[in-house]
Amino acid sequence: MSDHLPVLLVVVPLIAAPIAALIRSVRLSWLIACGASWWALYAAWGLLSRVRGGEVISYALGGWPAPYGIEYRVDAVNAWVILIVAAIASVATPYAYQSVRREVESDRVSLFYSAWILCLTGLLGISVTGDVFNVFVFLEISSLSAYALISLGQDRRALTSAYQYLIMGSIGATFIVIGIGLMYIMTGTLNMMDLSERLPAVMDTRAIPVAFAFLTVGFSLKLALFPLHLWLPNAYTFAPSAVTAFIAATATKVAVYMMLRFFFTVFGAAFAFDVMQVDLILLPLALVAILSTSLVAIHQQNVKRLLAYSSVAQIGYMILGVSLASVAGLTAGLLHLFNHALMKGALFMAMGCVMYRVGSVRIDAMAGLGKKMPWTMAAFVVGGLSIIGVPLTVGFISKWYLVQAALAAGLWWVAALVMVGSLMAVIYIWRVVEVAYLSPAPDGDGVAEAPLAMLIPLWVLVAANVYFGVNAGLTTEVATRAAEILMGVTS
Amino acid sequence: MDDQIILRLAAKTLIPFILVFALYVQFHGDYGPGGGFQAGVIFAAGFVLYALVFGLRRTVQVMPPWVTLACGAAGVLLYAGVGVVTMALGSEYLNYNVLAHDPEHGQHYGILLVELGVLITVFGVMLGMFYAFAGRRSLDG
Repeated sequence: MSDHLPVLLVVVPLIAAPIAALIRSVRLSWLIACGASWWALYAAWGLLSRVRGGEVISYALGGWPAPYGIEYRVDAVNAWVILIVAAIASVATPYAYQSVRREVESDRVSLFYSAWILCLTGLLGISVTGDVFNVFVFLEISSLSAYALISLGQDRRALTSAYQYLIMGSIGATFIVIGIGLMYIMTGTLNMMDLSERLPAVMDTRAIPVAFAFLTVGFSLKLALFPLHLWLPNAYTFAPSAVTAFIAATATKVAVYMMLRFFFTVFGAAFAFDVMQVDLILLPLALVAILSTSLVAIHQQNVKRLLAYSSVAQIGYMILGVSLASVAGLTAGLLHLFNHALMKGALFMAMGCVMYRVGSVRIDAMAGLGKKMPWTMAAFVVGGLSIIGVPLTVGFISKWYLVQAALAAGLWWVAALVMVGSLMAVIYIWRVVEVAYLSPAPDGDGVAEAPLAMLIPLWVLVAANVYFGVNAGLTTEVATRAAEILMGVTS
Repeated sequence: MDDQIILRLAAKTLIPFILVFALYVQFHGDYGPGGGFQAGVIFAAGFVLYALVFGLRRTVQVMPPWVTLACGAAGVLLYAGVGVVTMALGSEYLNYNVLAHDPEHGQHYGILLVELGVLITVFGVMLGMFYAFAGRRSLDG
């Protein structure tokens, strides 16, 4: 059984998804979704505890040995990403029950959970596989189900924003498959390890730099790097609340992982950063993302949209860490992958609670909620402090490592701009907190605290925000090991 | 199209052959070009032709929308299930060698079953999409 863990991680949700679609019962399909995501968490923990010591798990699908067959290959890098995805899913799925019952038409709920599990399957599959074409297949599974999930939002604009995401996401996926195709033409292999051995021989042809360029643009679209982020704010704003919490905390993280895997494992850091000098593009774009989208976030009236723009800024921090191309920078980026999933998951879940009770997430609808929904708004405050980077929260850990990495690279002005980004986060979080706690509540609208079934998952994430902010031993250990593997440093 | 006698007769004559050809493409898939995806599309095309000539209402009587949804899910289950069976027989996921007394037959049965899963899913999804566009009716009918 434990030998099959890498493939069972994906297969159990893959089987759960059609069953959830066949069962026309809201409660049963939700239970199946819960079971699938908890299984994924169990398997993710099993994989991570095996690869923490430096072991690499390889699984040959169909018994065909790599590089001929599809290989699932788990090291500390993807075990880390798998754990992030599975952990968020296993908190977001229990949360979804009440929220989805309120926001999605009842005859569509079982199909909703089917798409939800499929999205999880795709995200886990991208992370676990060691085959570049398999990456593309799972990318399509997760993206198509994400478009369907977003289109189920209450607001009619959910349809147009899902369509916008579909067009942009498909362009991104097409670019990725073009890049993979060019690599396949030049090397005749699709296995990541095999590619990394065969690519150096053909590096100086024109096809490989072109493949690299296509892949970079494709990943940047999927992970919403400024200025290719235009699909993200609408998609996050109009999707059902539970979907926003789940996708915001996982989908872009997995896209960042894909970029890391291709840059560092397939092409190699030397080619990506010395020959192609991709850091000269990534670093300025990351900084512009942090500053410009934080500025846009300050001016938003809809809190979900505000948080969506903040997500683009946070992706900027991750890419900033990547573009430093050092173990310290990558550690910071990988830490922020996990930490941002925790904080954005908590913040979007808090907004889902507000949506459930108030029916709106505009800032003026928050008036007086600090008294009426004390637990929800307290969770928002802790999540907000984490986004800002206040000590004792996970946000501080990410910022600390990022600033240190920037200073170690001699880029003191980058470190200063990271601080400016944090200050801008203070402004947009404070705007919400101010209205919630200091504005008088409208009388007699009967708004009460959100149901426990939503508050408990929300507070699990909030507690994780604080726990991993105080006790960052596990997260920094795994992130450092993953960064060392990516940079090819053996410790 | 009640007055289009040639069209109706031609469709009636062709549809059985289309369906049989789909099965040929399916079962010949491991020797020549073809396979589950193409077979599923051809099989669905037979029903689409019937709907174009005889109307959506009569097609829905033959193949209700909920069946297409169930097909879409059942095919995936068959595909993934074959892999689970090979694991239960003590081999890797989707290693067909263990499905029969010798690996050659095992590979043969395995690929046929998996491609059958593809056929069922592709057929269900294709026809479901046709219903969704043609009738603007929900899949639950």
